[in-house]
Amino acid sequence: MLAIFMFAPVAMAAALPADPLGSPMWADHARVLFADAPVEFDRRVVVDMPMLAENQRVFPVAIDASALPDVKRIVLLADLNPIPVAIDYAPTGAAPVVSVRIKLDQRTPVRAAVLTGDGRWHINGAWIDAAGGGCSAPPVSRVKGDWAEHLGEVRARAVLVGAEARLRVAIRHPMDTGLVGNTPLYHVEELSVWRGETRLGSMKLWASVAEDPAIGLILPAAAGDTLTIRGRDTNGREIEGRVAVQAAP
Amino acid sequence: MRLTRRTLLGGMAALPVAVRAQSLDYRIEPVEVGDGLWIVRGADAPIERGNGGAIANLAILAGDEAAILIDCGPSLRYGRVLDAVARKLTGKPVGHVFLTHLHPDHGFAAGAFANAEVAGTAEVRRELQATAAGYADGMYRLLGDWMRGTEPVVPAATVTAGERLVAGRRLVFAPMAGHSPADLVVTDVATGTMIAGDLVFHDRAPSTPDADLATWRKTLGTLAAMSHKGLLPGHGPFDPGGQAAIAQTLDWIDWLESSLRGSVAAGLDMVAAGEVAIPARFDGLKAARYELQRSVSHFYPRLEAELFPRADQ
Ligand SMILES: [Zn+2]
Repeated sequence: MLAIFMFAPVAMAAALPADPLGSPMWADHARVLFADAPVEFDRRVVVDMPMLAENQRVFPVAIDASALPDVKRIVLLADLNPIPVAIDYAPTGAAPVVSVRIKLDQRTPVRAAVLTGDGRWHINGAWIDAAGGGCSAPPVSRVKGDWAEHLGEVRARAVLVGAEARLRVAIRHPMDTGLVGNTPLYHVEELSVWRGETRLGSMKLWASVAEDPAIGLILPAAAGDTLTIRGRDTNGREIEGRVAVQAAP
Repeated sequence: MRLTRRTLLGGMAALPVAVRAQSLDYRIEPVEVGDGLWIVRGADAPIERGNGGAIANLAILAGDEAAILIDCGPSLRYGRVLDAVARKLTGKPVGHVFLTHLHPDHGFAAGAFANAEVAGTAEVRRELQATAAGYADGMYRLLGDWMRGTEPVVPAATVTAGERLVAGRRLVFAPMAGHSPADLVVTDVATGTMIAGDLVFHDRAPSTPDADLATWRKTLGTLAAMSHKGLLPGHGPFDPGGQAAIAQTLDWIDWLESSLRGSVAAGLDMVAAGEVAIPARFDGLKAARYELQRSVSHFYPRLEAELFPRADQ
């Protein structure tokens, strides 16, 4: 037995460590997301968020994995949401940092899973108290009925801090979960950020991202650079925006 | 339907042993601040199990044949204790309850005063009709057994602007807005005391879930100019001079708005915007960090939409 373990390749079926949050869904999600890759709970993944969801339709999460080397992917998930994964971000030239707002359907663990180049997943997170109804409540724009007028509008700001730009992008989109009435699933599913011909990061999104997705990224840039945001929603509608990097105010 | 959900939430919330063991007794200790006018102070804290949601201030006034309440607390259980306290204090039954605004910490005890006239402005009645069920779910989830039996009451009587004799006591009613879409200010003429509801906070950070900051700012200017002596804020200690608490509330709102706009301009996300330094002059304000983070949640998405330039044109 011992010999087999010693000679096993690193990426082979490591036993899943016990979940420090004791989530009832941990084993199921881990099997789907990480398959046989090694997984560890790791405080170097910083998941910054309020402890209480003031508004469970718009719950902010900021993830900083810059203490880890060679980050390939950052996955944000809320275990007990009907749509558990919110984003899957690949920072190809950008810093391994992302902020986003998500919906919370009930009290749930919210966590970041970070894949490093050696094939290991690093996980951290916390339980968040939520009133419930974030995924099963209709988007405000659906209730107001004005969503179509603004669909796909992109607003953005990029502020230079040192040699990096803090980019914030906000896209008008209902991010329908398919769980409310007869409204089918409809959401932004892909975004990428470019400086010139260089892709700095790309992201997959699911409908558990809050209505009107607002994403924060940190990218290498200089004043006067133009950053391009490209994306697509599940109906194939193209999203595109451009923003010039400005000096800090 | 709602009741079933709340009963379920309340039952679930009551499960942890430590919480069950805690006694659910409200201690109500009125302080007389003028002739026939007592204040009851809430805990200067967020709504939580430890305080049973009794965080808002309220006023008890002695009338000729009845006692008058301005706001009445968060739950049926609280209202029952308050009813007995007011009766003992004034020697009269509670005959009138005026609600300053829609928030549950101020008015959800109204169901305990079935024999009194519960009154609010037409706007407050509309606001309560629209929001009470949602707020009730939140209160049951936060407070569990403290809320048992509590059903929000939409006031049956309508208050309009002006001076009026209530149980022989002369009161001036001034409907305003800012902290919420409909805030009622009541001034007791005999003592000159202004009961400002949540339009004024004192040594406790203002909360903003339904606020319009520009309107609130204007209203605070109006309040400062209105004739009054002492002032009872919605949260925090009584202000005997009547101006300091107004000025402090205005100062916080001004800072809050410029802080939020500054955070958007600097490209901060919502989490970081809730973690900015709070100026030292607000060191004496309780719940300041908590309310800043809540305010970020209330205003940030709208502010970003307003301040970010379009990138797709
Ligand atoms: Zn209030």
